[in-house]
Amino acid sequence: MSVFKDAGHLFRFAGLFVLAFLIFLVVRHYVVPKSFGQYGHYRGAAMGEIAAHPVKFSGHDACEACHSDVAEKKNAGKHAHVNCEACHGALARRLPAPAEPAPDMLQKLVALAIPRPVADPPVVRHADDPSSVVPERPDTAVLCARCHAASAAKPKGFPQVVIAEHSNGLPCETCHQPHSPAIDAGGAK
Amino acid sequence: MKFNRRQMLILLPAAAVAWKSVLAGTPEDSPNYRMSDHWWGMLIDVTKCIGCGNCVRACATENDVPDGHFRTWVERYHVTDEDMTEPQVISPNGGKDGFPMAQEDDKKYFFVPKMCNQCADSPCTQVCPVGATFVAPDGVVLVDQKYCLGCAYCVQACPYGCRYIHPQKDVADKCTLCYHRITQGLTTACCETCPTGARQLVDLKNPKDPIHEFLKTHNVQVLKPQMATGAKAFYNGLDGSVR
Repeated sequence: MSVFKDAGHLFRFAGLFVLAFLIFLVVRHYVVPKSFGQYGHYRGAAMGEIAAHPVKFSGHDACEACHSDVAEKKNAGKHAHVNCEACHGALARRLPAPAEPAPDMLQKLVALAIPRPVADPPVVRHADDPSSVVPERPDTAVLCARCHAASAAKPKGFPQVVIAEHSNGLPCETCHQPHSPAIDAGGAK
Repeated sequence: MKFNRRQMLILLPAAAVAWKSVLAGTPEDSPNYRMSDHWWGMLIDVTKCIGCGNCVRACATENDVPDGHFRTWVERYHVTDEDMTEPQVISPNGGKDGFPMAQEDDKKYFFVPKMCNQCADSPCTQVCPVGATFVAPDGVVLVDQKYCLGCAYCVQACPYGCRYIHPQKDVADKCTLCYHRITQGLTTACCETCPTGARQLVDLKNPKDPIHEFLKTHNVQVLKPQMATGAKAFYNGLDGSVR
């Protein structure tokens, strides 16, 4: 006489549990992303995706590689620590996608069968293609005032002027060369 | 190799799935970047900030931040000498368009740039129910926007108010410390465009980083130190009235 006599229903029940657990493992394998838990309780691949965001500001090193004359002048003056894109704006930009030729019937069919992700237009840096990304000439009346308009909230040692009284309406670059703003350095050419 | 109709019917969908993942590509990797070599933070020198708003504009451009939301912003404090617990604080459009002129009076004025403090023990990551936000091995607090449900627990949990729900994507969004730039050896967009050097990206794991000397020789504070968030946005010259 076996101790397992009349225990069949328990084994069947245990078998159901084992089966459910196996199904859980299989489902889990497919729904949890591969890189989840690689570094911690998150998807490790997320960091690569965030790092793939396109850069818009090239950084002053990219500018200074070609415009060494301007960099030299700037670094000798009061604006040595003001980087190029602080005034000239972001110079690595996403250009509009070039117009593609109209797809023929076969390409349309293929596109229907296999949906392709829409590719973002490429980012082009002024440093790589100077003609396609052209920096705007900043308006000194706006640009200079942003930093140098007098305000009691600015640090006391920072050079500030009351715009209305300072220049009699003349543009800043009449007297100050923005790359080297000291008055004896001369106005913009 | 020959396929019969049955094998073909099995193979074709499998090939289509495989081809799709080939087309989707893999995210760019930064081959020369090792996460374990860095522990990023930010040095913010309040005594240098002139409230020009360059950082706010640059951040919005660099990171496609939607209008009315901010990954970084600038506040202007106006504090009386009697009651520093009740400062008047303004931040019109996050300081993006600059500030109205401040007339000299008997009170104290100053600007304070704000951003994600990249906390080492961040409250926002602790409340995320799905593991969509995390402190990366290099110390940057990031949001996995594919995993985020948009429940906004983290937005509530951040003691510094640095997170928002992206109006188009419906997921949490915040300062990534320009992760796409610092992994390429560039500095952040706000640091790149700050004209006075009021912001500096710092790497606490780099023994040559001047931050170590700076922290040793200056009176540096973090925001809300009583919350023990392990904040890595170090403020130099911070007034006691700043919250």
